Amino acid sequence: MSDLGWIEAALTSARPQAVSALLRYFRDLDTAEEAYQEACLKALSAWPKNGPPRDPAAWLIFVGRNVAIDAKRRSAKQQALPEEDQLSDLEDAEANVVENLDNADYRDDVLRLLFVCCHPDIPATQQIALALRIVSGLSVPQISRAFLVGEAAMEQRITRAKRRIADAGVPFEAPTAMERSERLAAVAAMLYLLFNEGYSASGDEAAMRAPLCDEAIRLTRMLLGLFAAEPEIMGLLALMLLQHARSAARVDAKGEIVLLENQNRALWNKDKIAEGLALIDKAIRHQRRGPYQIQAAIAALHGRAPTFADTDWAQIELLYAALEQLQPSPVITLNRAVAVSKVRGVQAALDMIEPLADRLQNYFHFHGVRGAFLLDLKRSADAREAFNRAIALANSPAEAAHIRMHLDKIQESARAK
Amino acid sequence: MLYAFLCYNNENAVMSWSKAEDDAVMDRLEVVHERLRKQNKMGPSLRLMPTTAATTLVKEKDLVLDGPYAETKEALLGFYVLDCENLDEAVAIARELGQANPGGAYEIRPIRLFANDQIAR
Repeated sequence: MSDLGWIEAALTSARPQAVSALLRYFRDLDTAEEAYQEACLKALSAWPKNGPPRDPAAWLIFVGRNVAIDAKRRSAKQQALPEEDQLSDLEDAEANVVENLDNADYRDDVLRLLFVCCHPDIPATQQIALALRIVSGLSVPQISRAFLVGEAAMEQRITRAKRRIADAGVPFEAPTAMERSERLAAVAAMLYLLFNEGYSASGDEAAMRAPLCDEAIRLTRMLLGLFAAEPEIMGLLALMLLQHARSAARVDAKGEIVLLENQNRALWNKDKIAEGLALIDKAIRHQRRGPYQIQAAIAALHGRAPTFADTDWAQIELLYAALEQLQPSPVITLNRAVAVSKVRGVQAALDMIEPLADRLQNYFHFHGVRGAFLLDLKRSADAREAFNRAIALANSPAEAAHIRMHLDKIQESARAK
Repeated sequence: MLYAFLCYNNENAVMSWSKAEDDAVMDRLEVVHERLRKQNKMGPSLRLMPTTAATTLVKEKDLVLDGPYAETKEALLGFYVLDCENLDEAVAIARELGQANPGGAYEIRPIRLFANDQIAR
C-alpha cells in the first residue's frame, strides 16, 4: 500500500475517537470537526516525513486541540502559529495525551458522538446521514449518492439536523451506568438501521448502497472494541456479519433479490460467517439474551446449513418464539410461522397467522407467505387471491416477480387438469 | 532454526482497508509465500480474527474476560493452534493447560485464515 493509502486508512479509523475527544474539549461540533480537519492536514505533511505516530488518534487529538486553541488566540491577538517542525515532533506530548485519555474516556466520548446523532427529534434516516457525516467523515456527495438524493438537499438536511443537535445541547457530563446502556441501545438501533439501508437495496441501487453495510460493520466493530463485554453489541455485529456474508449470493446478475432458498451457498463469505459464529459463542456465555443475539443465532443456523434442505427449522422456531417473547410483533409471529410450517406442518402454520390478518393486511410478506401456505394445502383459489393481494403490495420488481411465479404455477396446474 | 514471525499493526487502520486494498496486500504477500514454499521454508501461517472476537482467560484468578490480553508487562512466550468445537471447549482446554502451567493468561482468538504448510525435515 502506498504511504497515502496507509495514512488515509489511519485517518479514517482514528476519526471517531479524535472528533469525539475534540468535541469534549470544545463542546461544539463545528469547532471539533474543523480542528480534526486541520489536524489531518498537518498529518498529511508530517506523517510521510516522520513516519506514522504510534497512536494516530492521540496525535490528531493533540494537534487538533492545539491548532484550534491557537486559532482562537490568533483571532483574539493575531498571534502566529507554531513552527511546522515543532508540531511534527510530538513524541513526548503525545505520550502524555495517551496517558490522560484512558480507555474509559475514549469509550464515553465515542458513544456520545454516536449518541448525539440519535436525537429523537431527528428522523431516523437523517440520524444515519448525520452519523455518516460526523462519525465516519463521509463527504456530502458520498452520502447523497448512498441515499439517492441531490447534494444540495442532503447538505441542507445535515445542516438542519446539526442545528437541532446544537439547540438540544450535547450531554457532556459522564453518563451513569443506566444512561450508558440507554445510549448503547439507541446507537445500536441506529447502526442496524444504517446496515439495513445498505442491505435492503436492490437493482442499480445495490452497488451504490453497499458501502453503508461495510461502514455499519466497521462502526459496530469499533463500538464492540470499546464496550468489549456487551453481549448485545456482539450479537449486533454477528447479525450484520452473518447477513452481509450472503450479499454476493443475494442479488443476481440483473440486480434482483435471490431468496434464501435459491441462493448459491458457495458464494457466501466464509470468513464473515466464521467471525459471526465466534461472536455468538462469546455472547451466549453471558447468558443475557437479547433481540440482536437471537436474530444473529437465527442467521447463524442459516449460515451453518450447507443446503436449504439442511436448515435446522426446529431450532429456528424456538429462537423465533424466544424473540416473540422479548419483542411481541406480528411480523415475528409471521416469521415463526414459516419455521412452524417446516416443523409441524403447513396447517398449523396457517392457523397461527390467520389471526394476524387485521394487523398485517397491508404487509406484502403476510400475503405472500399466506398464499404459499394455501397453495401447499391445495386451496388454489384462496392462494390466488392472497398472491394477488401480495403483488399489489410488492415493494420491488423482484418481490412481484417471485409472486407472479407462484401465480403462473397455479394457472399451469389448472390448465393441466 | 525455526522462527516464529508475530505480526503487529494498527488494527483499526487495517480493519478500515477496503476489500481491494486488503486483497492487494494478500496478493503481494502470496508472491513471497510462494517463493518461500518453493524453497521449503514455509511452515504454517495464519491470520487471526479481529481482537473483538477474542476471549482472555486470566489463569490464576480463573477470570474469563471479553477481548484481547491488554497487559504489556507479560511477554508472549508461546502459542497453540487447537481445533475446538466451540468457545466453551476452548475455555475448558485453556483452564486445563493453565492448571499444568499457572501464571499469566491465555488469549483465545479464533483463526480467520490457516495455511498449514509443512516444512519437509
